[in-house]
Amino acid sequence: MTTPQTPGIVPGRLSPETIAENFSDLAPRFDPHEALVAADRCYFCHDAPCIAACPTEIDIPLFIRQIQAGQPEAAARTIFDQNILGGMCARVCPTETLCEGACVREMAEGKPVEIGRLQRYATDSLMEAGVHPFARAAATGKRVGVVGAGPAGLACAHRLALHGHDVVVFEAREKPGGLDEYGIAAYKTPDDFAQDEVEWLLKIGGIEVRTGQALGRDITLEGLRAEFDAVFLGMGLGGVNALRVPGEEKDGARDAVDFIAELRQTADLTTLPVGRDVVVIGGGMTAVDAAVQSRLLGAERVTMVYRRGREKMSASDYEIEHAQTEGVTLIVNAMPVAVHGNGAVREVEFAYTAEGPEGLQPTGETFRIRADQVFKAIGQRLAGVPEGLEVAGGKIAVTGAGRTSLSGVWAGGDCTAGGEDLTVTAVAQGRDAAEDIHAALSA
Amino acid sequence: MANLASDFLGIRSPNPFWLASAPPTDKEYNVVRAFRAGWGGVVWKTLGLDPHIVNVNGPRYGVVYGADRRVLGLNNIELITDRPLDVNLREIKQVKRDWPDRAMVVSLMVPCDEESWKTILPMVEETGADGIELNFGCPHGMSERGMGSAVGQVPEYIEMVARWCKMHTRMPVIVKLTPNITDIRYPARAAFAGGADAVSLINTVSSITSVNLETFSPEPSIDGKGSHGGYCGPAVKPIALNMVAEIARDPETCARPISGIGGVTTWRDAAEFLALGASNVQVCTAAMTYGFGIIKELTAGLSLYLDQKGMALSDLVGRAVPNVTDWQYLNLNYVTKARIDQDACIQCGRCYAACEDTSHQAIAMKPGRVFEVIDEECVACNLCVNVCPVENCITMERLPAGTVDPRTGVVVSDAHGDWTSHPNNPMARAAE
Repeated sequence: MTTPQTPGIVPGRLSPETIAENFSDLAPRFDPHEALVAADRCYFCHDAPCIAACPTEIDIPLFIRQIQAGQPEAAARTIFDQNILGGMCARVCPTETLCEGACVREMAEGKPVEIGRLQRYATDSLMEAGVHPFARAAATGKRVGVVGAGPAGLACAHRLALHGHDVVVFEAREKPGGLDEYGIAAYKTPDDFAQDEVEWLLKIGGIEVRTGQALGRDITLEGLRAEFDAVFLGMGLGGVNALRVPGEEKDGARDAVDFIAELRQTADLTTLPVGRDVVVIGGGMTAVDAAVQSRLLGAERVTMVYRRGREKMSASDYEIEHAQTEGVTLIVNAMPVAVHGNGAVREVEFAYTAEGPEGLQPTGETFRIRADQVFKAIGQRLAGVPEGLEVAGGKIAVTGAGRTSLSGVWAGGDCTAGGEDLTVTAVAQGRDAAEDIHAALSA
Repeated sequence: MANLASDFLGIRSPNPFWLASAPPTDKEYNVVRAFRAGWGGVVWKTLGLDPHIVNVNGPRYGVVYGADRRVLGLNNIELITDRPLDVNLREIKQVKRDWPDRAMVVSLMVPCDEESWKTILPMVEETGADGIELNFGCPHGMSERGMGSAVGQVPEYIEMVARWCKMHTRMPVIVKLTPNITDIRYPARAAFAGGADAVSLINTVSSITSVNLETFSPEPSIDGKGSHGGYCGPAVKPIALNMVAEIARDPETCARPISGIGGVTTWRDAAEFLALGASNVQVCTAAMTYGFGIIKELTAGLSLYLDQKGMALSDLVGRAVPNVTDWQYLNLNYVTKARIDQDACIQCGRCYAACEDTSHQAIAMKPGRVFEVIDEECVACNLCVNVCPVENCITMERLPAGTVDPRTGVVVSDAHGDWTSHPNNPMARAAE
């Protein structure tokens, strides 16, 4: 029988029941009474700090008051007015660093209003009723091409469709959704929510999604500019940073984003192989998601190693604590120097680091961690920038509401310099670019 | 532990907490449970003449909730006891015999003729009950038949029936007053004029608690229709406190015993009723919401408070009455300003919204969500204090005599100065 102690990378380390339990909803939806009690804690602040802390500037006190007043569907409308992916954001936003982090009750008593869960209560109410609350304006006859069906592209497409434009979304992968579909931990968005959300979003009409269409492979920016009145680029980051250490190509070492994407697309998780000793290299959300999900699949030992101090990790405290609660061991101030093994990974060698005047330097002391599986999660980069686009810091340079250096071309989300690796930020950028495109097309 | 023993009209009870005439006191079973829990006495649910009345067979209660379904107000359309008179009398007699140290007062409501009262009074007296309470208060159902608040709204009737009762029984007579009148002092005066020994108040307030927006029926709905009910619970306490105080400070009734009723939920509510002149209190909604166990908090809480204050129960009764006055006597030279404790402030901005939108634009919102009072505009209305979610974050601070009120430019006087002598008052008397 396969157990967490079985050597190698194998599936079925845990019983189907345990795996199902492990990957069920991390924070289930409020029931109506819970929602009312949670909503009642909102003070309806003047010029509320939570609104300012939300990249999409949802009128949070208003939607919470609408829940209080017994109309979660009206609350949902308030949310969707600002953020058409409010359902996903309710699940995946790091609320502890955004709205809930700014809540005055966080300051007062360390216990903010549970804005994220209230938002989910509201958005679920409307979405499960199958209601799409927006109707398109009269057709403008203008056509806009959108590259990438992730949060930025979908938000942009929806807002453009709302204004009466016709939109074609080109998606490189087989399914729309972007990182919501391929890149976020499964337990945050179970039950195929990402696809349900896209389907619901598209109910507005006027949006055609063409999958399997990658920029540079199947389509070109030049072609899009010729065909459409405007183009929005929201293709995210297609490339993955390499460790640049010897042995990183050995069997069992792979990019964390690929592992997460495979996990998200695996219907029966008892068939998904995972190592007994898993090492995750990186300190961001992708590293946390890979580490936690390895544990949930039954890996016996999962170690997450980050080269700088804990305070520099881009994963939030909440996420790090969640990982530790799930049994992930965290090692900081250590950088990989080699991946050892005879064909397959056997162990990873790290050097301790210290911050000095010349930046991060190895201290000279090294150690090794046994590993049969290694996930690399040290960041993603923009791949295949179309010619003619100005790039800054490795990402597409934009000014204002996502205007690129090319006329008629806008961009938003992770592929741009303003991207923050957050769904909610991508939504805000896609939405704002759509408004700018609409203004330009209406001029 | 302070001694809570109570003597109301010679009716002794181990504490001043009685259960009011209502569903909790309708049967021996309930009352015995209450006495076991520690209640000082009961006013047995109102008896009437046979044939006994019937109640609706649908819901009898409507409710107003606060957060987390906390009951703030309850409304009922239940009538007086729907059990045969002899059953109630037999049970009252048994309970009084078994619990001689507890107060047993019997609430009565019979038609407004002397014969009816003359009939029922000896029957009650025979049970050994300690006293009677005349239900002149219920605003629903019975009032349509000329009883309850239909009597309580006519002072002449109150006086007449009280007199009959005093004539035909040796038991102390308490008249229970309805708040559904314009000036509570008139029915109270009438009760005492008729010889009543005490008044109890308030009975319930006529009310519709809610409307069902699907069926458009008032709640509680009986087959699609609703009738106004009697409102009680924490929501009515302020109304009751005022009415108790009005009677306690009315020169015609000020020395007379009052049993306070209306939203008593904790010992603190009870203490407030006592301070405003009630000699004991009656409780219903809190017991109906939480059960009889609350008596332990009520008695322990009142006892602890009295100990902390070094007061006997009798010291508390009426203690606040001298401080209840008319508006015209309030000191206009008492000048205060709101003060915001920046360390306690959580920056919610509710004080700002309230003041800016609805009051006097006396709070400034500064960069960094810093809220500061503008003394030049602050009229000391206290709204900011009331809406602030943090206790003691905003307080009202008195300007010392001799300082200039920046709003009016007037030097604050240490002398008392009220409307009666104010120059703007056409009726002002010369200051002495």
